[in-house]
Amino acid sequence: MIDRAPASQTTHEVPSYPLRELAKVIRSKNAKPYRLTLDILFERKDIFDFVTKSPALTAATVARAYGLPEGAITSTFVFEPGLAIKFTLRRPWVQGSFGETDMYGAQQHVPLLDILIPWTGGPSVRTAD
Amino acid sequence: MLGDERDEVCVLAPTGTLGYGFNMADFVRCADEYAPSVIAVDAGSTDPGPYYLGAGVSFTSKIEIEHELEIIIGTALRLGVPVIVGSSGGAGADAHLAWTKDIVLDLADRLGWTFNLATISSELSAEYVLEKLKLGEVITFESDVALTADAVAGSRRIVAQMGPEPIVAALQSGAQVILAGRSCDDALFAAYPILRGFDRGLATHMGKILECGAIACEPQAMDVMVGILRQDHFDLVPGSATRRCTVTSVAAHSLYEREDPVLQPGPGGAIDLSETSLTQLSPNTVRVHGTTWIPTRAYTVKMEGVTQTGYRTISLAGIRCPSMIYELNYVLDEVRRRTEAYFEEMGIHASTYQLLYRIYGRDGVMRELEPVRNALPHEIGLVMEVVAASQELSQAICHHLSGALLHVDYPGQFNDAGNLAFPYSPSEIAMGAVYEFSIYHLLHLSDPAEPFRTQLESIHP
Repeated sequence: MIDRAPASQTTHEVPSYPLRELAKVIRSKNAKPYRLTLDILFERKDIFDFVTKSPALTAATVARAYGLPEGAITSTFVFEPGLAIKFTLRRPWVQGSFGETDMYGAQQHVPLLDILIPWTGGPSVRTAD
Repeated sequence: MLGDERDEVCVLAPTGTLGYGFNMADFVRCADEYAPSVIAVDAGSTDPGPYYLGAGVSFTSKIEIEHELEIIIGTALRLGVPVIVGSSGGAGADAHLAWTKDIVLDLADRLGWTFNLATISSELSAEYVLEKLKLGEVITFESDVALTADAVAGSRRIVAQMGPEPIVAALQSGAQVILAGRSCDDALFAAYPILRGFDRGLATHMGKILECGAIACEPQAMDVMVGILRQDHFDLVPGSATRRCTVTSVAAHSLYEREDPVLQPGPGGAIDLSETSLTQLSPNTVRVHGTTWIPTRAYTVKMEGVTQTGYRTISLAGIRCPSMIYELNYVLDEVRRRTEAYFEEMGIHASTYQLLYRIYGRDGVMRELEPVRNALPHEIGLVMEVVAASQELSQAICHHLSGALLHVDYPGQFNDAGNLAFPYSPSEIAMGAVYEFSIYHLLHLSDPAEPFRTQLESIHP
């Protein structure tokens, strides 16, 4: 169900890669009962630098991937020491309230996996090519 | 490895959360090899949800806690160093603290231990919180909802997360085993170094990493971790030879379970990681420099409270028939309508209970955030859930719901012998009381120890 159409898009010669092919770790977790925090960690500095500047990964595009208004994103951090980009959102429902589906918020990362990043950063994005 | 005892303090963390296990041989080996000054472990979190604070029970079991405390406290007493358990019993209210203390006293009795015990209560009375509310000393933050007197009065239990000060005081009075109620997890690890005069920023940063055990390692796990704090840095060493602390793993941990990786607030101040530098000292050891402490004028602690909303009954069933899956929305709506009508006849209005279907295979995990829509799964896991004013009523409504769903007919039905595959008999499961968070606010204290009460006693065979 997670797998969707392959990444490559038709904008002329610019290939796009889904975030899952660029990042090492993509995770979600409660940040206490009222926040859900999303961490995207990279292995390669050049990919991290490129994605950090990409207009395809912003508070607005993350909100859109979750079907939320941009105001739901409470903060965005680029954390260079960890080669990480972090988005935090107001938890769409309070942790443990009636209808809770994910007490730890640990399975809410999936919409990030498929965010497409147009790539002009260099010949190869794959570490293990 | 050890230098002058006056120049460093070694803190040993057995695991990330008490009751989740760790490699006991590595723990004992690290205790002997590093001769730590203190052993500390966090036992709590709000992550398992509001139930445990409300019900006054632990999210771990007595069997796990007894097994782990036997080796942790036994090792600390053998080495003659203090041991600190934070957020005892998981939620850290008085019931949880008493439960943990009973386990420790049983162990002491069985093993003939002699030691000074401190228990630090962090449960707040409604009267105290109401008074603080009147004085304007309750601050709204992430919940965005101001606390009301009604919410306080309706809360089943209220706790506050203590900072390091009450633990420092217990250490000063000679306690060897400290069972703290709800606590800031970093404070458990920072208390001893703060008492010894080490930098609060570095001590707190080290505490934030150690409280997760070996989560800041590669590969990560609930396991043993060693922190060695010196004047202007600390070193992190995993307890297991199979793990490594790396610059990346430690940096990545700064993001974990929190919003701001750089400025991390707590009671009395925040740690600032903007000038923090990480150095790979050896293949498995990372050295941390530069974290600073930014004190705040006001001293605030976080309050947590929960309120009971009813009693829950659930029923689990599988659905495999494609005709049923195709008509699922219609069928579920129809059965809800019939159930509500049945109870309406008895004067029990639908507004007085909550009824919910969880549809695994469709949007059971992500609810309205689910991006995959209109996919037709071959199998559905269905949870029927009812929360009502009594266990008996929630059981009755849930039974009616699952019974009606089992036998309802619908257009295109192939199989009229039954629509659900029940794995269990009984088909309804009583889940007990249901709680929700009612208080998640900051509390301004005039003294860091203000609401926390410490009891000291001497334990001997």
